[in-house]
Amino acid sequence: MTESRGASVRYENVQKSYDGETLVVKNLNLDIPPGEFLTMLGPSGSGKTTCLMMLAGFEPATHGEIFLNDRPINNVPPHKRGIGMVFQNYALFPHMSVAENLAFPLQVRGMGKAEQEEKVTRALEMVELGSFGSRRPAQLSGGQQQRVAVARALVFEPELVLMDEPLGALDKQLREQMQYEIKHIHENIGVSIVYVTHDQTEALTMSDRVAVFNDGIIQQLSEPDQLYENPQNSFVAQFIGENNKLSGTVVAVDGGTCDVKLDDGTMLKAEAVNIGHVGSRTTISLRPERVEFDTNERMDNLIPGEIREMIYLGDHIRVRMKVAGNDEFIVKVRNRGEKRDLRAGQTVEIGWATGDCKALDPVA
Amino acid sequence: MNMQPQSDPQVLTTRDGTPLKVSLAKALRREKLRSLALIAPLLIFILVTFAAPIADMLFRSVENGIVENTLPKTVNALSDWDVTSSQLPGEPVYKALYEDLKVATEEKTHTRLGSRLNYEASGMSSLFRKTGRRIKRMDEAGPFAEQFIDIDKDWGDLATWRLLKRYAPKYTPGYFLNAADAQLTADGIAMKPANERIYLLLFARTLFLSLTITLCCLLLGYPIAFLLASLPLRSANLLMILVLLPFWTSLLVRTSAWKVLLQQEGVINDFLVWIGVIGDASRLVMINNKTGTIIAMTHILLPFMILPLFSVMKTISPTYVRAAKSLGATDWTAFWRVYFPQTVPGIGAGAILVFILAIGYYITPELVGGTDGIFISNRIAYHISSSLNWGLAAALGVILLGAVLLLFYVYDKIVGIDNVKLG
Ligand SMILES: Nc1ncnc2c1ncn2[C@@H]1O[C@H](COP(=O)(O)OP(=O)(O)OP(=O)(O)O)[C@@H](O)[C@H]1O
Ligand SMILES: [Mg+2]
Repeated sequence: MTESRGASVRYENVQKSYDGETLVVKNLNLDIPPGEFLTMLGPSGSGKTTCLMMLAGFEPATHGEIFLNDRPINNVPPHKRGIGMVFQNYALFPHMSVAENLAFPLQVRGMGKAEQEEKVTRALEMVELGSFGSRRPAQLSGGQQQRVAVARALVFEPELVLMDEPLGALDKQLREQMQYEIKHIHENIGVSIVYVTHDQTEALTMSDRVAVFNDGIIQQLSEPDQLYENPQNSFVAQFIGENNKLSGTVVAVDGGTCDVKLDDGTMLKAEAVNIGHVGSRTTISLRPERVEFDTNERMDNLIPGEIREMIYLGDHIRVRMKVAGNDEFIVKVRNRGEKRDLRAGQTVEIGWATGDCKALDPVA
Repeated sequence: MNMQPQSDPQVLTTRDGTPLKVSLAKALRREKLRSLALIAPLLIFILVTFAAPIADMLFRSVENGIVENTLPKTVNALSDWDVTSSQLPGEPVYKALYEDLKVATEEKTHTRLGSRLNYEASGMSSLFRKTGRRIKRMDEAGPFAEQFIDIDKDWGDLATWRLLKRYAPKYTPGYFLNAADAQLTADGIAMKPANERIYLLLFARTLFLSLTITLCCLLLGYPIAFLLASLPLRSANLLMILVLLPFWTSLLVRTSAWKVLLQQEGVINDFLVWIGVIGDASRLVMINNKTGTIIAMTHILLPFMILPLFSVMKTISPTYVRAAKSLGATDWTAFWRVYFPQTVPGIGAGAILVFILAIGYYITPELVGGTDGIFISNRIAYHISSSLNWGLAAALGVILLGAVLLLFYVYDKIVGIDNVKLG
């Protein structure tokens, strides 16, 4: 990684309303250090695009201030912000050739012809489209158009690049390849990238940090692994990866752990992450691959469950069970090749460690 | 791979053994017949009410059977006579003329021929009328030449005979020459005297005014279409109704309204005088001239510019302009370099539509055009309904049609017809 030439971004108490009645973004505070790859992840309508548009300058913030390199930019028009942008449908100008598209940002900056050509050539080579300069965007495949869009957002050497679901229109294989390429470009030139997606795999594989959005609020901002390992609330636990939910009431709190009485009377020990006082409701979150059929004494939680359904998936077997009144309890069993005598209708004992189940805020 | 076990691999057949191609063709033929049957009523209607009359009308621009039909023997006798000779035709021609005119007077076709030839040289109508009145009193024994010259000395004029000879053929370029302010003289084709030329000027004016109107429509329509395309749906619909409102009022009412507004004692002049922009003595002349035609027609044709523009702009995603701005373009650059080029197909469609409607427009120039604001179509209408010179009207029409087609062709070469988008 070369020395970072990325910009820093800071949202300070930013709020946004389109209609004066509902807040689409509710008090956003976010600090993006230079050179970071930050992803905004969240369900549809959670306000990700809005946050990006405020940063790009296409939507004014209703309240609060956004800083670019510590300079407030609320009153700077979009074309003076010097932020590169990749749109979901690429927005390549259909009446210009690929090379003209790339030269456009250089032309409007009054750059000389020779320098333009050199930069365009270099940008095209960066995305491995060296010989496509004279084509029209309509003559390119989706993935090629995508690369041109990325090249165009980078050709004028911005310090910050925004990408709003840039891979949304591509098929799975191409998407994975492009994820890698974008990540690679980021590592090579060290710009800051703010990336919007609602695909969690994309967010987890590409980003330095991920901001999980819901309902106009950042639910959690952390590194990808922390998001999976240590979700801070039920929404994140539910949104990232697969998750079993068990609801109950807190009966005792002891330092970092707590005792929870599930609704059917089962007692569990869980890590206390996000709970209220004793007697309040809570939701236990538990990853399916952390549950074991080979129980041992190091597991604090041992409860019986009834097997409802077995789904063979090659590398693992998904077992749907009824556990503590929850019909949708999933256990993933790694396929180790040994014969195990599990079949639907059986009642077996399952177990997991305290640290693997988190007591989080209650969900309805 | 081979999914047809019971057919031999060379010729694919259906199950009953007919070759696949044959039965496919049969199926397609049925399909085609069906669609033909569906459009047949309209096709016949168009042929009968549109194509045939137009073809007939176009034919009239060169058709000239009237001379030969009315004076068959004369025409025949004249065939030996040399147009360039300085001798009058001989006695047999006059005899033939006598026989022809006798028949023609009985059938009363001689006045028609007179009017026809009067288009080419004035005085012919009265010559034939006069001769027709006297023909019964002529001596059947001859000599005819003297008797005719006695009736009217024009019969002794070489010019009369040359005219007859020139217009004897069944087809004539005369109407077209007339339409181009030219005429057929003894020394070939020549322009008419300057004070008799009107059509070339009218054609030029029609073109110029149509282009002006198209340009006005574009200048006024573009911003409206832009606004329409960028407004949210509800307000856009309301505005669209306002745009379409002119369609729903009668053309006559609208045009008359312009009369009320634009005349010298009209609303606009009164207002300008009242606020003191112009003096009472120098009221603007805005109607019964070119200005009136341009204003009224721009208003009437505006929707035809707005609608195609709108439908094209509607499809241009706002992200293009955003992308341009994010790449560093100012509002103007983003518009001019990115948005505008994408609206060119709409401009093309609107411009063609407005121009073609304008170039053939008739009623509005007639009502508000005065004398210097009328179009070639008004002249065509005049020849159709008042002067009854259908041949000339047809020739003017053909030239107009040709001009439009030529412009179409040029336009296709420059802009490309497939760049045009109507919706
Ligand atoms: N121009 C607008 N006018 C009014 N409301 C809007 C506008 N743009 C977005 N919204 C509303 O703001 C909320 C957040 O929208 P936003 O586009 O930021 O969501 P998002 O997180 O990008 O969703 P997605 O993943 O579907 O793109 C939504 O409820 C949306 O309806
Ligand atoms: Mg979005």
